[in-house]
Amino acid sequence: MATLIDLAETPVRELNQALHTPSTATWRILNPRGAHAVACGIREDLAVEVEGHVGYYCAGMNQHATVTVHGNAGTGVAENMMSGTVRVRGNASQSAGATAHGGLLVIDGDAAARCGISMKGVDIVVGGNVGHMSAFMGQAGRLVVCGDAGDALGDSLYEARIYVRGTVKSLGADCVEKEMRPEHHAELAELLKAAERDEDPADFRRYGSARELYHFDVDNTAAY
Amino acid sequence: MEPASHGLRESATFDRATIHAIQRAAETGIYDIRGWGAKRRLPHFDDLLLLGASMSRYPLEGYRERCDTDVVLGSRHAKNPLRLATPVTIAGMSFGALSAQAKEALGRGASEVGTSTTTGDGGMTPEERGHSKHLVYQYLPSRYGMNPDDLRAADAIEVVLGQGAKPGGGGMLLGQKITERVAGMRTLPVGIDQRSACRHPDWTGPDDLAIKILELREITDWEKPIYVKVGATRTYYDVKLAVHAGADVVVVDGMQGGTAATQDVFIEHVGIPTLAALPQAVRALQELGVHREVQLIVSGGIRGGADMAKALALGADAVAIGTAALIALGDNHPKYDAEYRQLGSAAGYFDDYQDGRDPAGISTQDEELAARLDPVEAGHRLANYLRVMTLEAQTLARACGKAHLHHLEPEDLVALTIESAAMARVPLAGTDWIPGAVR
Repeated sequence: MATLIDLAETPVRELNQALHTPSTATWRILNPRGAHAVACGIREDLAVEVEGHVGYYCAGMNQHATVTVHGNAGTGVAENMMSGTVRVRGNASQSAGATAHGGLLVIDGDAAARCGISMKGVDIVVGGNVGHMSAFMGQAGRLVVCGDAGDALGDSLYEARIYVRGTVKSLGADCVEKEMRPEHHAELAELLKAAERDEDPADFRRYGSARELYHFDVDNTAAY
Repeated sequence: MEPASHGLRESATFDRATIHAIQRAAETGIYDIRGWGAKRRLPHFDDLLLLGASMSRYPLEGYRERCDTDVVLGSRHAKNPLRLATPVTIAGMSFGALSAQAKEALGRGASEVGTSTTTGDGGMTPEERGHSKHLVYQYLPSRYGMNPDDLRAADAIEVVLGQGAKPGGGGMLLGQKITERVAGMRTLPVGIDQRSACRHPDWTGPDDLAIKILELREITDWEKPIYVKVGATRTYYDVKLAVHAGADVVVVDGMQGGTAATQDVFIEHVGIPTLAALPQAVRALQELGVHREVQLIVSGGIRGGADMAKALALGADAVAIGTAALIALGDNHPKYDAEYRQLGSAAGYFDDYQDGRDPAGISTQDEELAARLDPVEAGHRLANYLRVMTLEAQTLARACGKAHLHHLEPEDLVALTIESAAMARVPLAGTDWIPGAVR
């Protein structure tokens, strides 16, 4: 039986304190009404269902928990997530999954600008489109975009890998298209399956770092 | 031959350092990157003097009458504010920029005298946490090594917007210092020239910062003090915005503040001196009615007890040291002069922290060089230095009749120059003139 918390009556502070010292494994949160920092800092394997829209930093720094938002999410959903799963049934605002080190972030709708910015190992699957500068300075992990990507995708990319099914408006500095080898088809298939998506991996293209900006060089001054 | 003795005249505009910079640029085609802070002459605490007691004030007896030094940081919102024995803290410096031994030594030295040390860009090391009684965890744009377990293990959190050496600039760590351990902590390939972002990835501006601070408080259950650190530029406005965003402590780092690796042009030409920033910060806090409720830490060129006493007199609650702490550990020591010269520098001039070949074993990741620094001995040297700073400040405060360092006030100060009088908003010595003051 899920513990029910109604944010129309209970402050977010009480909710988060309860989630940090949980008495049960399943939680249902009503009336989030765009509240910030909902269900952030969880460190245990909980299942948390949020029934509505959330504000900034929902499920921030998540560890082990599965958090599902039945609505839209504001800036920085699952920012710096370490592990677990965060799923947004609607759309996500900018910086979704920013700097996240691990776990899986699934956005069924669109994600705005800078999705996966500075990602450090997280896997992100976006059912729709992503905005500009997505995966900016992405260090590790995989970003899967089932729709289109905006300008400057993967700018200043390190070792994160990007898969896009639709169009890419433009690639950022040092981001190039790369060959889809069998291992990439295989890992993409796994990611789509984990995200409960049914797209065909054969329809995607792969993007990664050209690794030409890894060292300061006179010949690269135009890129600095 | 000494050129000047033969009537040769060096250009003030094109001095030898300038000529060398042009020649270096012409040879390499890329800007100069170095460590340390601004080297140009700037208005500073040397331009202020304290007015000791005489007829109209009476002093406290040195060594006998108490002059307390304790400070509480972060009492505005945090359940567990920091309680330090002396108002001089160790500024943020990263493992990566510094060796693990240097970080351990900083922790040991600070803990020995009951003050705090601070992580840096690159995360928290076990050595640092284990040897630091009070550890401030920096929350930086790069979020290298950022994880909630370390956040919870910290004693305070410092949200870094900028630093005095490079307000508006991100960090860099050149490939020679990106060893396997450093790369692993930062999730980066080994040996690359690492760039750190200059803006936070998930918030922009003061309204967002308020929500970010809320999130950090929620994650840590409102236990930890939250600092906001800014490089000194538009300090009056930045401090007000930091307070509105919910900071418990504001850290203002003047342009003399050090760096491990930044473009020389950035270090020397961006930001304002610590002396100019501090009164702006205090005025902002006073106008908001939170001076002393939101504590102010000032850094950037703090070298001794006199600087500390003068900064406190102007309204700071504490000061932070970086470069001075490294010197106390052994940086630029004459015993390494021959090795500094092999690197094209000399003891007293060495600023190539970016290069990773520091003979003193401090700004390096080379295992052999780093092993030269004994963390216990170096930590003790730092503790000695911090004690001397505190004793010096107490001596000056007692002479002004103060039973606590925080009782020092602007009225205890005069300025030696018109510039410093205008910046510090204290009268030019021997006059009652404060340039720019409206009567």
